[in-house]
Amino acid sequence: MANLTMREAVNLTLHQEMARDSNVIVLGEDVVGGMGTAGGPEAIGGIWKATIGLYDKFGAGRVLDTPISEAAIIGAAAGAALTGKRPVAELMFADFIGVCLDQIWNQIAKFRYMFGGRTRCPVVIRITYGAGVNAAAQHSQAPYALMTAIPGIKVVMPATPADAKGLLTTAIRDDDPVLFFEHKALYAIKGEVPDGDYMIPFGHAKLVREGKDATIVTCGQMVGFAERAADALARDGIACDVLDLRTTSPLDEEAILDSVEMTGRLVIVDESPPRCSLASDISGIVGNQAFAALKAPIEMVTAPHSPVPFARELEKAYLPSPAGIEAAVRKTLGYRSERRG
Amino acid sequence: MQLSREQLIRAYRQMKTIREFEERLHTEIQTGQIAGFTHLYAGQEAVAVGVCENLTNEDYIISTHRGHGHCIAKGCDVRAMMKELFGRRDGLCKGKGGSMHIADVSKGMLGANGIVGAGAPIAVGAAISAKLDGNGRVSVTFSGDGACNQGTTFEAMNMAVVLKVPVIFVFENNHYSEHTGHKYAVGSGDIAARAEAFGMRVWRGNGSDFFDTDQIMREVVEYCRTTGLPAAVELDTERFFGHFEGDPQRYRGAGEVNRLRQERDCLTAFRAAVVSANLLDDAQLDGIDVEVLKLIDDAVADARVAPPPEASQVLEDVYISY
Ligand SMILES: Cc1ncc(C[n+]2csc(CCOP(=O)(O)OP(=O)(O)O)c2C)c(N)n1
Ligand SMILES: [Mg+2]
Repeated sequence: MANLTMREAVNLTLHQEMARDSNVIVLGEDVVGGMGTAGGPEAIGGIWKATIGLYDKFGAGRVLDTPISEAAIIGAAAGAALTGKRPVAELMFADFIGVCLDQIWNQIAKFRYMFGGRTRCPVVIRITYGAGVNAAAQHSQAPYALMTAIPGIKVVMPATPADAKGLLTTAIRDDDPVLFFEHKALYAIKGEVPDGDYMIPFGHAKLVREGKDATIVTCGQMVGFAERAADALARDGIACDVLDLRTTSPLDEEAILDSVEMTGRLVIVDESPPRCSLASDISGIVGNQAFAALKAPIEMVTAPHSPVPFARELEKAYLPSPAGIEAAVRKTLGYRSERRG
Repeated sequence: MQLSREQLIRAYRQMKTIREFEERLHTEIQTGQIAGFTHLYAGQEAVAVGVCENLTNEDYIISTHRGHGHCIAKGCDVRAMMKELFGRRDGLCKGKGGSMHIADVSKGMLGANGIVGAGAPIAVGAAISAKLDGNGRVSVTFSGDGACNQGTTFEAMNMAVVLKVPVIFVFENNHYSEHTGHKYAVGSGDIAARAEAFGMRVWRGNGSDFFDTDQIMREVVEYCRTTGLPAAVELDTERFFGHFEGDPQRYRGAGEVNRLRQERDCLTAFRAAVVSANLLDDAQLDGIDVEVLKLIDDAVADARVAPPPEASQVLEDVYISY
């Protein structure tokens, strides 16, 4: 075990996987940093510093610093993947999916199916996402639900350094495309990370708090928020299951349904806006498959249906909060008594 | 020099306002009062002002993530801009946008933009409007040496030539896109040559020299207004701060910023030129400096105490509610 930040866990995993398999390549903007400058190369190792040291270790052939050209970056990753490589592309901000959506949605996601199963496209796109640092409308979005809606790609969202390592290792070794969402507000959090070869299978949610009174389902940055809410509720004797989905596609429906069947109350916490969201998706699944188990309407705690605002006060109001999650849990618990009274 | 005394004073005041706005932000940001990502324009003032002084209030510009200079040069209200940076309710965008999204469409300023390469196609659209409305307006898109590598920029250039619309692609080559040198990331190193290959007329100039930029822009704007065709300009310039505030700038050479501030400062060059030509004297310029500093002081003082937005304003201007 080593105590690492999320950023270090990602970096370590890239080092390990590049050393293990010479087909793994890394590409993206400033992933080396300082190319063509007096102080470079290796001036920064990615603006999130997740790719530090890779260029020194593995060289310019396998660590490709690209111009600002997201469509070409993701397209090149697709082409390299079709021809034997395992590219790990970096999108500096999730919002830039807008620039390269064709390559993700019409190309990478479709190849295996469209070509009759005769090919695989083992691309990993590491994507920094999320609100909380006042980066405003075009640098703060959390479009994991949009991506989860696309058949043909897997969507991964680690909430801890250990999960970042285990899930990224699995992603890189996976033969199909994976979008790996790293929350910008989580890069600096620390945690114990297993040494050596460490893989976490996709589609397995993690129970991070246990309790029989209500179920909180969430992922990414919202896991920490849900834990805080659960801890506050625990002080009042209310015990919650908190499920960290870890991957939204594939989705661990089993774990969600098992928990809801036990608690009968569900709160889903989602960092993106409410319409066609992860929250509404899971709510639909549970309504469909565990209707009889529900003792109260499903509560969704989401961002509002708006772009992400800049000002501190506005962004704070935009993001779901531990207090909001706590209130939602209390609301589901109050439901029966309200109805009787 | 073809500029009148009034024009010279105005140009100097504009450049100085941008410089002091940015220098002041650089120190204000360290107090922790200003949130988010801020990209400062100091060093490039001669470009924004050299371009915008040749435009009318009705012409359009679209800017980049490094947008403060373009906003000021196009006439955005400096106090309201400062409030926006502080995230205040009566900021230019009500605290919704922040540094990367300052806009004032009523001034023909179609916004700073957080997406590198997004501006050029939007400028083509504004030029289509100008052409349809037959009002003689031109539209300018500012792009960096990094943005020139986006497909959107290429598409916009080709489309402008095909549609024959009066859009001016101004490329500010400050030699860096984030931490990467332009010699590495721009394949041929020659941005104007790319524009030329799309079939438009191009100009090249010294973007650290107001007079050179102004002279070129006078020709370019006149060309676009009279022909209705697109054009491109590549201006060589320098940025004096990091890519964003907080950038440790390890990619710079030793003493690079000091040298640039010594040798490539458009304000110093402007002063030397007008004083030696007996057009303005030091006392006049010093007087402008004092006025500009007061404006910036007042803007900061105002912004500091201005009220923040109400939480409920998150849901203002969404026009569809759930
Ligand atoms: C589509 C997109 N990709 C990447 C970025 C991140 N980014 C912001 S500014 C920048 C560099 C831009 O360089 P240049 O166009 O030369 O402008 P400068 O910063 O020099 O003004 C990058 C890569 C972005 N904002 N948008
Ligand atoms: Mg640049």
